[in-house]
Amino acid sequence: MRVLVTGLSTYWGGRVAQALEERPDVEVVVGVDTRDPSVPLERTEFVRADSSYSILSRIVRATNIDTILHTHLIVDSTQTSGRTLHEINVIGTMSLLAAAGMAGSPVRRVIVKSSGLVYGSNYQDPYFFREEMPRTRPARTGVERSLLEVEAFLRDFADDNPHISVTLLRFANVLGNFIDTPFAHALRRSVVPEILGYDPRLQFVHEDDVVGALMYATMHDTPGVFNVAGDGNLPWSDVCAIVGKRRIALPPIFTAFANEVPRALRMWDLPPEALMLLRYGRSVDNSRFKRAGFRYRYSSAGTVEAFAQGLRLEGAIGDTNPTYKYQREVEDFFRHSPAVVRPD
Amino acid sequence: MSDRPDGPADISAHFLSDRIAALYPKAGTADADADEIADITDAELVVETGELVPMPPRARADEDDPARESDIDRWGRSENLRALTRKMYDPLYKHWFRVEWEGFEHLPREGGALLVSNHAGAIPSDAPAIMHGIETELGRNVYGLAENLFRAMPIVGTLWSRSGGVPAHPDNAFRLLHDERQLVLVFPEGTKGTGKHYSNRYQLSRFGRGGFVEIAMRAGVPVIPIAVVGAEESMPILFKSPRLAKMLGLPYFPITANMLMLGPLGLVGYFPSKFKIRVLPPVHFDVAPNQERYSRSRVMDESERIRRLVQDALYDMLRRRRSVWFG
Repeated sequence: MRVLVTGLSTYWGGRVAQALEERPDVEVVVGVDTRDPSVPLERTEFVRADSSYSILSRIVRATNIDTILHTHLIVDSTQTSGRTLHEINVIGTMSLLAAAGMAGSPVRRVIVKSSGLVYGSNYQDPYFFREEMPRTRPARTGVERSLLEVEAFLRDFADDNPHISVTLLRFANVLGNFIDTPFAHALRRSVVPEILGYDPRLQFVHEDDVVGALMYATMHDTPGVFNVAGDGNLPWSDVCAIVGKRRIALPPIFTAFANEVPRALRMWDLPPEALMLLRYGRSVDNSRFKRAGFRYRYSSAGTVEAFAQGLRLEGAIGDTNPTYKYQREVEDFFRHSPAVVRPD
Repeated sequence: MSDRPDGPADISAHFLSDRIAALYPKAGTADADADEIADITDAELVVETGELVPMPPRARADEDDPARESDIDRWGRSENLRALTRKMYDPLYKHWFRVEWEGFEHLPREGGALLVSNHAGAIPSDAPAIMHGIETELGRNVYGLAENLFRAMPIVGTLWSRSGGVPAHPDNAFRLLHDERQLVLVFPEGTKGTGKHYSNRYQLSRFGRGGFVEIAMRAGVPVIPIAVVGAEESMPILFKSPRLAKMLGLPYFPITANMLMLGPLGLVGYFPSKFKIRVLPPVHFDVAPNQERYSRSRVMDESERIRRLVQDALYDMLRRRRSVWFG
C-alpha cells in the first residue's frame, strides 16, 4: 500500500501518518502540506505544496500512490480566514480529485475526513441523522458551505470513477487533550457559554477514535459515507458538569450579537457553527460504521470524561503535549544519508 | 392485568408510589449496577482485535454510561423529572379530572405501539392525562410526539423534551417504535384539533396526511386508537385572533372561556371536566415493515378508518355521558 496523506502538518495528518508508519503493509507514506510537520515522523516523506495542491498529480504519478487520505479539510472557522478556508477545502479537494482521477492514475482508494457540520443544526432536524438524510435548512456559514461543496465533488468523483473506492467519514465534535477544537477550546476556560433555556443533545468523538476510524477506513475497503460519533449523546449541561465548568447564559434572542462581548473579552471564541449547536444540538446515527466493523473506544460521554481527566492531569503537571520542531536538514540526513544504518 | 382492580374508576390510584420508588434505586443497588456496567465494558474491549463480533442487542446501553452525570436519555427525557411531574400531576389526574379508563387491557405490556388519540383544549390537557395514566398504571414510558415548534422555544422546549416530548419527525417515531419498541403517543389532528372552536367540539379534523399510518406500517407496530372525552370542556376556545397568532408566530391565538373567567390564570386553570379515556382494540396492518414507501391510497384508507373508529367511539361516549362535570 502506498499512501498519500494531505494536511500532514495538521494534527490529524500527523497522527495518521504516524499510525501508517507502524503498519508493515504500508510501503510508502507521502505527506503534503503548506507548513512543516508538527510531529516527529520516521519514514514519511514530506513535500511542501501550495494551498491549492497544484503539484499533486505529479506526486501521485511519480510515487505511484494507490491510496489517498484527505485529512486536510478545515472544519473550525476560527482557525483561518474565509478565503483560505475556501482555498484549502474547495480548491484543494478539486485539485486532489483531479489528480486522483487523471487518466492512468494508480489511485484505487480515496478516504476523506469530513464533518457532521454538513447536517447543520435546526429545530426541524431528526434527532439522529442517518448518512442519507439531507439537512433541513440551507447552509449559512462558510465552513458548512465549503464542506457541502467538497462532498458534492466527491459524489461526482465516485460516480465518474467506479473503479476507485471512495470513503467519506463525517465526524462529530472532536474532543481530546491534544487537539484544539472549538468545544475543547471552550471547555478549557473557566466559564463556558450556554444559551438560556436550551440544553441541546450533543455527541462527541475522541481524538483517538478519529485516528482509529481514518486508519480503519484506510486498511479495510469500506466505500460509502459514514457517520463517526461516540455512542449515545448527552446534554450540554452534562458536558459542563463532567468537565466541572460553570455556565454563563447568552440570551436566546440576539445571541450572535450578545456573543460578541465575551468574544471581545476573550472569554471564549465560539464559531457560529458551535453557537448554533448550543441551541439545537445534533446527533447522528453511528451504526453504519459499526456494521462495517469499526469499534469505538469511547462513547460520547466517555469522550467528555477522558477529556476531563486529561484536563485534571494537565492542571497537576502542566502541558502534556510534547513540542516538536521540524528541521529539514536533520530529517533528510536520517532518511537518506548512506551513513545511517537502516534495518532491512 | 391480573393485579388490576376491576373498577376502572380508580385505575391510577394504585402502584404510583411503587413506580416512583422504582425510579429512585437505593444506594446499594446503584453500586451493583455500576459493577455490571464495568463488566460489560470489559467484555466489549476484547473486540479491539478487529474481529466482527455481533453487537449486544440494542439495549439502552448509552444511558447506563458510567461517565454520565444526569439521567437524561438520548431523547432528552429525564426519568427523575418525569417522576416529579407525575407526583405533581397526580392530584390533578385523580381529583380534578377524575380520569377514568376503559379498555385499558388493549395497551400492550411490551413491544412498540403507536397510540393515536383525538386532541382538544386550547392548551391540550389530554396528552398529560394519557401519558400519566399509562406510565403509572402500566409502568411503561410513553413518548409524546409533537410539533417541532416546541423544540424551538427556550425553556418550554427543554422542559417538554425532559418530560418525554419528541419532535414529530418520521425518523424519530420509527426509531422509538421499531428500534426501541416504545409506546409513542401521537395526535394526528395536530393544532387543527386543539385550535378548533368550542362549537366544533368532538368533531375530528383531518388526520393529517395519514403519516402516522405509514410510520406504524414501516415500524411494523399496531396503531391503538384512543378516544378522550372531557378535554374539550376543560379549556374551550370561544374566540380566536388570527392577527395576534401571526404576530407571535403561533399556530393559533385562543381566547378561552377560562381566560374570560379567570383572567391570566385562565392560561393554566383548567375547568374540572370529567375525563373518560377509551382505548380501542389495536389495528394491525398486514404489510411488510421497513419498506421505502407504502401505497398512498392504502395509507389514506387506513387513516380514515382509524379516524372513524375514534369518531364513533367519541359519539358513543357522548351518548352515555350525562354530565360534563360528573360523567
